[in-house]
Amino acid sequence: MPEILDAELAPKLAVELGLKLEEYDKIVEILGRRPSVTELYMYSLMWSEHCSYKHSRKALRMFPTEGEHVLQGPGENAGVISVGDGWAIAFKMESHNHPSAIEPYQGAATGVGGIIRDIFTMGARPIASLNSLRFGTLDKARQRYLFEGAVAGIGGYGNCLGVPTVGGEVYFDEAYEGNCLINAMAIGLMREEDLTLATASGVGNLMLLIGSTTGRDGIGGASTLASQEFDEKAEDKRPSVQVGDPFEEKLLIEACLELLGEKLLVALGDLGAAGLTSSASEMASRGGVGLDIDVTKVPQREENMQAFEIMVSESQERMLAVLEPENLEAAQAICAKWGLRSTVIGTVTDTGHFVVREGDTVVADIPAATLADDAPIYDPEMERPAYLDEVQSFDVRGVKLPGDDELGETLLKLLASPNICSRRWIWEQYDHQVMLNTVVLPGSDAAVLRIKDTDSAIAVSTDCNGRYCYLEPYLGAQIAFVEAARNVACAGARPVAITDCLNFGNPEKPEVFWTFHQAVSGLSDACRAFKVPVISGNVSLYNESFGQPIYPTPTVGLVGLIRNVERHTTADFKDEGDAIIMLGETHRDLGGSELLALIDGTVGGMPPSVDLWREQQVCEAAICCIEMGIVKSAHDCSEGGLAVTLAESCIAGNIGANIVIENRLRPAVSLFSETQGRIVVTTAVEDAMTVAMMADRLRIPYAILGQVGGTSLVIEDMLDVPVSELRESHEATLERLVHGG
Amino acid sequence: MARFDIYVTYKKGIFDPPGATAERALQNLGYEEVSSVKIGKFIQLEVVDGTSMDRVAEMCGKLLANPVIEDYRIEPVEEA
Repeated sequence: MPEILDAELAPKLAVELGLKLEEYDKIVEILGRRPSVTELYMYSLMWSEHCSYKHSRKALRMFPTEGEHVLQGPGENAGVISVGDGWAIAFKMESHNHPSAIEPYQGAATGVGGIIRDIFTMGARPIASLNSLRFGTLDKARQRYLFEGAVAGIGGYGNCLGVPTVGGEVYFDEAYEGNCLINAMAIGLMREEDLTLATASGVGNLMLLIGSTTGRDGIGGASTLASQEFDEKAEDKRPSVQVGDPFEEKLLIEACLELLGEKLLVALGDLGAAGLTSSASEMASRGGVGLDIDVTKVPQREENMQAFEIMVSESQERMLAVLEPENLEAAQAICAKWGLRSTVIGTVTDTGHFVVREGDTVVADIPAATLADDAPIYDPEMERPAYLDEVQSFDVRGVKLPGDDELGETLLKLLASPNICSRRWIWEQYDHQVMLNTVVLPGSDAAVLRIKDTDSAIAVSTDCNGRYCYLEPYLGAQIAFVEAARNVACAGARPVAITDCLNFGNPEKPEVFWTFHQAVSGLSDACRAFKVPVISGNVSLYNESFGQPIYPTPTVGLVGLIRNVERHTTADFKDEGDAIIMLGETHRDLGGSELLALIDGTVGGMPPSVDLWREQQVCEAAICCIEMGIVKSAHDCSEGGLAVTLAESCIAGNIGANIVIENRLRPAVSLFSETQGRIVVTTAVEDAMTVAMMADRLRIPYAILGQVGGTSLVIEDMLDVPVSELRESHEATLERLVHGG
Repeated sequence: MARFDIYVTYKKGIFDPPGATAERALQNLGYEEVSSVKIGKFIQLEVVDGTSMDRVAEMCGKLLANPVIEDYRIEPVEEA
């Protein structure tokens, strides 16, 4: 039995480590005695929100997780879908918000590294990464520092690793000033038969730790960073910053894929939050086995490390493999070939206990499954936040809309606004073409990646407009989904599955948890309507600073499948004379819009409504026309409305358009309303009727808007702006803001 | 002109990937006596005479070093 803590000290330490007293009592009950210091650390991390989802788990059960394409749903390191011809795609999104708020470069870099490990752990070769970022407004120096640092970190790590960063999104809003969001998504490709799970089995099998040495980095990271709000104390938490080493990660990818390819491993898991404790106990729990680990075997980078420090260290670039003893020599030879350390640190046992030794001394002896599975599950109280009535009742009609002579100028201002302007400054820092699978580069609606040796491709998009979610979380979450669906549809892809990263404030506040529950419920309903399951994801709570939660931000990462990669479509207008057709129709939807933020500085009103059936039909119409090979460009309407959509397609194609809008709405509403369910496609004139017939057949409204051509975007009776001016407004902003302009 | 030499290194406990790589590479080359390599950066700063140490420290804190993960040491240099 390990040396147990003093009766007085134990509960105090428990509370200091973030556990509640009831949780401490439960630990005592499980063990039948007081815990040792190592045991208490292990429980405190595994039972933190970050590792146990104790506040969110029940709500997450609402998500549909099964479907014809699903090979592996939530619960493993990443979800996996089948994409045909024996190929499978693994993907997942994860937050690294709190580490990035302290050290943006390393925080973002290690966020990318962590999610990439989750992918190759499954046996898939990482082929792309995306991100979803939120910062405060860039007029503040600290926000510029965070933004520049995070972008540099994502680029620095991804570029060194040789995995392309192919897409993403970023919003700037005061709501994220004290708590930026860094959500990283990674995608991997594998043969279906290579799917590997992190399930330990086989009594007598060895546990092999591969990769970097273990230091004190990120000690307590998961519990103290990801599960507590930020305040002044954050300064003291600085030394736990983890530093990433992308070159080591590259070696890990190659070595692990070779080990799996040679069938030398029984299981493989990465060391992420809560380090060795989490990785090992989850593997044991899934396999229903026990483990026996000796911490003195773990290669250490620092002197005098305590057993508990080794067990919870979050040093990066480490993997834990389970293998049969007869394969050890071959496995270590492969690791050595790649210049990687590999060390046997323990064995799989039949005791069901997770035993940690320091040489001959037992420092922890825990029923293994209780770490991963017995964390308390809470039913947090919910209460509809009081602010909702106030913001929703904001009378958008009372706002003076731009007059007919101000429409061109308003469009230019919208194109230059931080949330709409070109993201070129960001993605120019990323290597987005390495590996040569990237068919559509950043800047279009979705990234498109070829599946080598097949005719297919996948399209991927990450989306979430936090402003909508703040105004109405159920609707906002659905808009995140339908926008992602439209984005991949614009590339010609049918949505197949999503991953999500649910960023919210403190769940112990009933008003915050209500928004979480609403968002999960909205997202679930959207997924069910589209028959698109959630196959992986991550919850990041306690995103607050000084008591103010961020906007509810349920980021959706959606993967769609293109059957014929030759037919994929991009957003840029192509040829003079092409017909421009809008699928869907425009209503007066100015609540939560960019226009409202621009002219009134307000975030108010109700966000646009979502008709899930209509959304599917609009996507389907676009996809069917693209598959027929008649669509030359496709771009969806989102922030800034139709005018921004048209302008972006003009800018990308470097060609103008002549548009006539016929409806009964005021011009400013027609141009800038953010009604959902709209996609603008172009076709050769002779194919326009086919698009119209497709829309009729799918029972969706459409409008023939005009033709591509000229050097200006001309919308009859509304505006006439040269494409060069549109481009100047669209592309100059981000660089100017970053440089403090 | 006054000169300051500034040494920037990772804080104790922060992982130093270049150092760790060099350490292992040296050991692989047969220098088994190597037990640790730390790699940092060296900055030579020239400023007008009379610039205070505090002022230079401020520059380190704001730009030359990343105080979240790095330490810096400032040495005033007497020009020969």
